Amino acid sequence: MSAASPLLTVEHLTIRFGGLVAIDDLSFSARSREITALIGPNGAGKTTVFNCITGFYSPEVGRIALRREDGREFFLERMDGFRIARDAGVVRTFQNIRLFPGMSVAENLMVAQHVALMRASFFSVAGFLRLKSYLDAERQAVERARYWLDKTGLLADADKLAGSLPYGAQRRLEIARAMCANPALLCLDEPAAGLNPRESNALNALLTDIRDEHGIGILLIEHDMSVVMQISDRVVVLEQGRSIAQGTPVEVRANPEVIRAYLGVEDEAAVASVIGQGSAH
Amino acid sequence: MGARQGGMEYFLQQLINGVTLGATYGLIAIGYTMVYGIIGMINFAHGDIYMVGAFISLVGFLLLGFFGITYVPLACLLVLVFAMVFTAVYGWAVERLAYRPLRGSQRLAPLISAIGVSIVLQNFVQLSQGARVKPLQPMINGGITLVPDADFPVTISYIKIMIIVTTVVLMAGFTLIIKYTSLGRAQRAAEQDMTMASLLGVNVDRTISATFVIGAMLAAVAGLMVTLYYGVVDFYIGFIVGIKAFTAAVLGGIGSVPGAMLGGMLIGLIEAFWSGYFSIEYKDVAAFSILVFVLIFRPTGLLGKPEIEKV
Amino acid sequence: MKADMPATNRSRPSMSAMLRDAAAAAFVAALLAFPLLGFKLNATAQGLHLDMRLSWVPIAAGIVFAGRLLLTLGGQYVAPIIARRVAPDVDAIRRRLPSRSAYMVGIAMAAVAIALPWLPFADRNLIDKATLILIYVMLGWGLNIVVGLAGLLDLGYVAFYAVGAYSYALLSQHFGLSFWICLPLAGLLAGAFGVALGFPVLRLRGDYLAIVTLGFGEIVREVIINWDKVTGGPNGLSGIERPSFFGLPMLPTSMAPPGSTTFADFFGIAFSPNQRIWFLYYLILALALATNLFTQRIRRLPLGRAWEALREDEIACRSLGINPTLVKLSAFAIGASFAGFAGSFFATRQGFISPESFTFIESAIILAIVVLGGMGSQIGIVLAALLLVGLPEWFRELEQFRMLAFGAAMVLIMLWRPQGLLSHREPTLRLSDVPRKLVSESAT
Repeated sequence: MSAASPLLTVEHLTIRFGGLVAIDDLSFSARSREITALIGPNGAGKTTVFNCITGFYSPEVGRIALRREDGREFFLERMDGFRIARDAGVVRTFQNIRLFPGMSVAENLMVAQHVALMRASFFSVAGFLRLKSYLDAERQAVERARYWLDKTGLLADADKLAGSLPYGAQRRLEIARAMCANPALLCLDEPAAGLNPRESNALNALLTDIRDEHGIGILLIEHDMSVVMQISDRVVVLEQGRSIAQGTPVEVRANPEVIRAYLGVEDEAAVASVIGQGSAH
Repeated sequence: MGARQGGMEYFLQQLINGVTLGATYGLIAIGYTMVYGIIGMINFAHGDIYMVGAFISLVGFLLLGFFGITYVPLACLLVLVFAMVFTAVYGWAVERLAYRPLRGSQRLAPLISAIGVSIVLQNFVQLSQGARVKPLQPMINGGITLVPDADFPVTISYIKIMIIVTTVVLMAGFTLIIKYTSLGRAQRAAEQDMTMASLLGVNVDRTISATFVIGAMLAAVAGLMVTLYYGVVDFYIGFIVGIKAFTAAVLGGIGSVPGAMLGGMLIGLIEAFWSGYFSIEYKDVAAFSILVFVLIFRPTGLLGKPEIEKV
Repeated sequence: MKADMPATNRSRPSMSAMLRDAAAAAFVAALLAFPLLGFKLNATAQGLHLDMRLSWVPIAAGIVFAGRLLLTLGGQYVAPIIARRVAPDVDAIRRRLPSRSAYMVGIAMAAVAIALPWLPFADRNLIDKATLILIYVMLGWGLNIVVGLAGLLDLGYVAFYAVGAYSYALLSQHFGLSFWICLPLAGLLAGAFGVALGFPVLRLRGDYLAIVTLGFGEIVREVIINWDKVTGGPNGLSGIERPSFFGLPMLPTSMAPPGSTTFADFFGIAFSPNQRIWFLYYLILALALATNLFTQRIRRLPLGRAWEALREDEIACRSLGINPTLVKLSAFAIGASFAGFAGSFFATRQGFISPESFTFIESAIILAIVVLGGMGSQIGIVLAALLLVGLPEWFRELEQFRMLAFGAAMVLIMLWRPQGLLSHREPTLRLSDVPRKLVSESAT
């Protein structure tokens, strides 16, 4: 584990919906070049945490700090959603995939580079005049899109409508799109949901590649234990809005609290076998 | 007028005017809000359904005169039924012909169709009934003087009482329908999730038809009231009243029936007080400005449910 | 009335079922006709009278009965034949069309438009009508930025058109500015109105935006009517300066201001009023084509792509760092400026403007052109404008039935093609067209 200061630090996060406490005094951190998994039973509040980090909900209590490698620090709980993505570099995917279904795959990836291209086009003026500076930026953007399409195995589908892709391809496209937005922290909400084993393996390879080759942090919500156990560096276990365990996958797997939360029984051996086989899904 | 504007009596008079006007807006706004709630479309032709209701009421009154029924309360009741029934057919037919085939297509298709229906209804009435304004001699005269000894007596005419009472009774009855009958339950279910409702045995088509029929009936009541109140009707009255009523529905929180009533009252009061105290010219400007103002601070209207973004 | 849609895979209803269905339709028609066709309210000096014409009710019911029966029969026997024989051919043709066909059709249409005044049958009347259609094409293309690309429902577009028209009229009357200076100013002013209106309301959900824009349209009209010191009130403004050919007035020498050179004198040709008609036609054609070029180009820029992305999914846009309010505002303001340009053209063409030209029905027509055209299809908008504005122009004699037919056409076209006439969307980028070579360059 690296000793550098964490990329994302969540401290004492608390959210209530009416009388219901959705997240209760949650603290954890995520680092660059690491995959941090957020796991827990249904309704534990995982997506709510994501929604706080990415600005869709504003928490009542707590601080969400993001420190980028260039030293800039952002307090996400006070920022608009689009600023979190644009300035702090926190880009997410969604549990129910949210692509631009009526636009082509390549266009989806161009939209993701809006911020950079908008600057290059000098609010469209340079773009209109087709100045070389803009054309270069556009060409780079296309190359970047092509690179991520290649990585996600979608190159052949580049000119198809995003909405016409099969489910697994849409999931990969959403990740490619997020990567095109040049994130410092990539937040993935159940990226393996609905994937077959082959696709799931490919996803693991893609995520470890992103971590190792692109030097960014990944925060992951996942149900699929094989994904969690194989690729995550740290695991945060949520139950009813509280963190009940944090640590490496091995540590968490052995934690009796986690086992109780997952199966509601104390039968350690049964649970270990289930988690070990990666089919607790 | 000027010297009396500060007085309590003048204020009361405007209040009564505003409530009367608001009652009719509220009746029409219910039609907008229910349709929006259940199929999420702006039924642009609803204002013209109200205009059709006013014309049918007028025909009804003259028909009664033809049959020699002149006892006013009976005449009003009969015309009310006549107008509600025939206007309801219009409401039903419009949904059946112009909106139902477009259910499930792109969001703007029913809106354009509704604008088309609105144009058709206006021009149909203009062609069949002539473009001239139709005047009706006042049938219900007199009123109660509330503050008799003041130098600016406040009177509330019987017709205003009738409008307010009818509206309150209809709105109360209507709230009960939505709360307690199976139709109301079906409506609320379809509002939440149309597919699920139909899977659970709710006849969605019939529920939507019923919604249009009820909306048209209430609009017909408003049409009758306005006919009695102002005594003039023409084929163009539906447009601006329709916009106002829709504004009322949005102001109150679209999809919410009590919201439509509240919004209607507010728009009526704003108009009455604005014309009473400032200038009659810019009363619509005032109503819309307040709408924008409210929406900025409460984006879902006064009684609308706050929307939680599902991500 | 259960058998509403002719479905080939459903068993055919029997003749008696069809008759019953037609009878039900006729019954409803009779109910609809009874109060409003069966009686006529006759306003006379003595008061209101009721004229009986109950015979109209069975006539209406009979027409509906026959019509419904024919439609069902047609659906039964003709539609399957069309589906079997014609539809596959059409599909095959569509598939065989090259991907650039929309572009080619567009070029061809532009060529026809440019050549139009030189065609043998083009008289003054035709060019006048073509000018009018082009105004609506331009307005449709302008509104398409707002509705078709950015997905914002604007029901008060005509307000910006009015702002443009009045800006030109007032600027030219009070400050003596020429059309060519006023044109950009009118666009800017209309755009500024767009920003002023859009800023508070663009955070609202789609349908709320619709009512606020509708209200705004009415407010602008109400202000024009009531602020008569400036706007001339309901009487409008007249004597608006006609356009000059880049400073050369298009007038007979006798009417031109003393000392100025007229267009005819400058080119050494005889004055003819047709010159102005031609000039106006080419002017609006140029403005409309400029609008189209603008849209074509901005769609391929990040701003235009963000508009379309916003229409597709606002939440996803936010999660990618796009500021939705700013992007919407830009679409709203740019769309408004094009209405402003068109408005100042309208003012200079008419020489007279009044609030009557800026009623809600205008907004409705423009919106209908965009939606019927197929939301975002530039060529579809031209077709819809020809259909909705052009066709009725040739039936001016039937004034009374014209609007009835217009409304009915709006409904019928929508029912016939809910997606609009041309709903094909041309992608703004084809990866396969961008040379691949660069990959290796950047990789090394």
